[in-house]
Amino acid sequence: MVILQVEKVAKRFGGLLAVDDVSFSLDEGEILGLIGPNGAGKTTLFNLLTGFLQPESGRIHFRGADITRLPPHAICRLGMVRTFQIVRPFLRLSVLENVVVAALLRTNAMAAARRQAEDLLTFVGLEARRHTPAATLTLPDRKRLELGRALATQPRLLMLDEVMAGLTPTESDRFLGLIRQVNQRGVTVLLIEHVMRAVMALSHRVLVLNYGELIAAGSPAAVVRDRQVIEAYLGEDYAYAGTVREGNPGPPGEPTQDHGASAPERR
Amino acid sequence: MRAFTGERAARRGPMLVGGALLLLLAAPLYLGSYWTSTLILVFFYAYTGQCWNILGGYAGQVSLGHAAFLGIGAYTSTALFMFAGLTPWLGMLAGGVLAALLGLCIGFVSFRFHIRGAYFILITLAFAEIFHLLALHLESLGGAQGLFVPFTGASWAKMQFKGNTNYYYVALALLVVITLVARALERSKLGLYLVAIREDEDASRALGVNTMRCKLAATAISAFFTALAGAFYSNYFFYIHPDEVLDVELSVDILLRPIVGGAGTLFGPIVGSFILTPLAELSRAYFSKEGLIGTHLIIYGLLLIAVVLFFPRGVAPYLARLVAGKRTS
Amino acid sequence: MTLYVQAILNGILVGGVYGLVAIGLSLIFGVMKIINFAHGEMLVLAMYLSFFLFTLLGIDPYMSLFVCAVAAFILGYGVQRFLVNRILHVPEEMQVLLMLGVALVLQNATLVAWGPNFRAAQTRYSLSTVWLGPLVMDVPRLVAFVLALALALLLYLFLRRTELGTTIRAAADNRDGAVLIGLDVRRIYAFSFGLGAACVGAAGSIILPFLPMSPYSALSFTLTSFIVVILGGMGSFLGVLVGGLFVGVAENLGAVVLTSSSKYIFSYALLILVMVLRPQGIFRGRSG
Repeated sequence: MVILQVEKVAKRFGGLLAVDDVSFSLDEGEILGLIGPNGAGKTTLFNLLTGFLQPESGRIHFRGADITRLPPHAICRLGMVRTFQIVRPFLRLSVLENVVVAALLRTNAMAAARRQAEDLLTFVGLEARRHTPAATLTLPDRKRLELGRALATQPRLLMLDEVMAGLTPTESDRFLGLIRQVNQRGVTVLLIEHVMRAVMALSHRVLVLNYGELIAAGSPAAVVRDRQVIEAYLGEDYAYAGTVREGNPGPPGEPTQDHGASAPERR
Repeated sequence: MRAFTGERAARRGPMLVGGALLLLLAAPLYLGSYWTSTLILVFFYAYTGQCWNILGGYAGQVSLGHAAFLGIGAYTSTALFMFAGLTPWLGMLAGGVLAALLGLCIGFVSFRFHIRGAYFILITLAFAEIFHLLALHLESLGGAQGLFVPFTGASWAKMQFKGNTNYYYVALALLVVITLVARALERSKLGLYLVAIREDEDASRALGVNTMRCKLAATAISAFFTALAGAFYSNYFFYIHPDEVLDVELSVDILLRPIVGGAGTLFGPIVGSFILTPLAELSRAYFSKEGLIGTHLIIYGLLLIAVVLFFPRGVAPYLARLVAGKRTS
Repeated sequence: MTLYVQAILNGILVGGVYGLVAIGLSLIFGVMKIINFAHGEMLVLAMYLSFFLFTLLGIDPYMSLFVCAVAAFILGYGVQRFLVNRILHVPEEMQVLLMLGVALVLQNATLVAWGPNFRAAQTRYSLSTVWLGPLVMDVPRLVAFVLALALALLLYLFLRRTELGTTIRAAADNRDGAVLIGLDVRRIYAFSFGLGAACVGAAGSIILPFLPMSPYSALSFTLTSFIVVILGGMGSFLGVLVGGLFVGVAENLGAVVLTSSSKYIFSYALLILVMVLRPQGIFRGRSG
């Protein structure tokens, strides 16, 4: 059962084609990884899907409905939520209030929203910090908050933009667990990720974007053996597949991994 | 917000507010006319500050055009009273509705075209100045002569009184009402949405908040209540003039109290007004006697600079911490 | 018909000065992302300085141009150094409120010092004119136009050709990058604000011979500069100059068609229109 259908979506900034006729579909319950070098157009694609940008051409269907021209809040209401690469907590609100804002999408009752928010904070492991202002959270905690907030909108499709960038391996392992649990509860996941280990461990399927174009799609193991993908990541000189070991495909992720949350976001 | 006030403040707060209210209720009995009229102005600017705070403080859309809403309230209720004999109490509401509609128009134009931050300040200023100039040239509403409100004898129905005691209670009642409105808003879904929009508009949209609708609602509410103050103004001073009720200076006056006291806090506008209004009145009276018009505006300017530099969140949060008995944050 | 051509001509002449003033605003915004709400006040202050240099010391406004530019530079440098540099990271509306505070102080200081009445400098060439067929050109306006363009060109060359100018442009493009390569961004900022203010200072002297001033003129100068900058588009030197000419012409044509009172309404309406229709101009990068 297809939950998201993207058909020939394109967007250019000035003369630059940021997203070039991208088409793919996403099945309900799937975890799809979206990878590609920096500037490949991944975040632009996210912005197009969630209504923050309007595509010049192409169609986007979500659960059967055409959402191509809908504003972000309407798309969120339909059950498709995204997180931001640079986390964007409401700094002067408490951690709990941050999540309550999101929970209020599905209820008008403050008390109900609050209860739901508390549950989610427990789920992401922030319950002890719920009354502190979000501004005081560390980066990993802010990422948890970002996830908790997104989940509070009760999404059918969760879109994560580099939630694991900048985390230590232990922390990203915890995140992996959380995402798997969310997925097991029936939520479809689309994730942009630079941490290859995470993409490989989580994704059922991987799409590779380069210069705004889809250059490969398939199982994680197949994608990392793809010559085009290796070229895109490492340049043609490295395109001898011998260095890439199956099962532990380290190299493609490494060169870009340090572009974590501290790097300014490209728009 | 809630982070500023501890549990002790939660216990002390209501007692403090109740005590202050009792004191203020009794104040006209032991204060002379001068101080009563000063307090009326304190309430008046605290009230307009609360109105402004809904849009400028909670929602973070800083407006420099609130004089337009106040002026519309003043002119509507006065015109309806003078030319149709309508009681100012109803004229007040009519002015409020008109101002809310105007607010919706200004808001729609601004928000539709993503005018935020500094540019929202600019566009609200421009809109207000247009109304200022229009009123100056609208002869049927007195034009540059202003409008004198005829005194037809003291009466509650006409909101006209001798002496200032009754005006005092009307102003205090208005302030209590708007503070209750702001408090209800603070705890409501809309209120939380507004703060979220202020903190990060795009993040709010991503979480399903219809930011356009919320900002429009805040503008309309803010404009409606600001207009009520205009009606009060014309009934209190018996005279309105475009340079008084529609001027940029009034917009600055309106915004200054909540900024000084603490934008986006419940007591910020009140604290700001208690600090600023007597100061402004004293300096205005003193310096205009010396022939130095404008000196109180120099003081405003210096205060604005000082607040932005040293108390960017206003002084109310510091006071709240004092009340809570905490020494440092 | 002559009336309209005459209005267009007058508009172009005064538009050159608008361009110079707006370039100052645009420079300040471009480098610091600060909206100088006190821009008109600084202009009026420069006019007063030039006025008193003329009436008290007999120094011709065109001579005192440099004095006014330097004085304005110092004022602008000080505002940035002691005020704005301390609040670079607060929300922009708070920065605007700070500048609003500066504007209030400057405007009312002039008011307290010299009263609300209009003053005009009567130079011996104030009323001289040149005939161009059926059209008449005021000499001071013509001189103002030429001087304004010359100064704008000078500033352009400074920003393009000198090391300091390049540094300023670098800091404007990328604050973090400038810090990374070891530039003293705060000094550059103060210098840039000073430079932007100097444009205004010079403009004050230039327009004094044909424009009376009062402390209350400031706001309309500020707004006019905003209109020009927003219309011309941020960062485009030429755009701002052309914007200045356009606004000058629009205002003068408006004055022919409209009564003088509705002329101001027209200006404000123009400002709103420009903000709504050109959100890519000055706003780019800020309003998402």
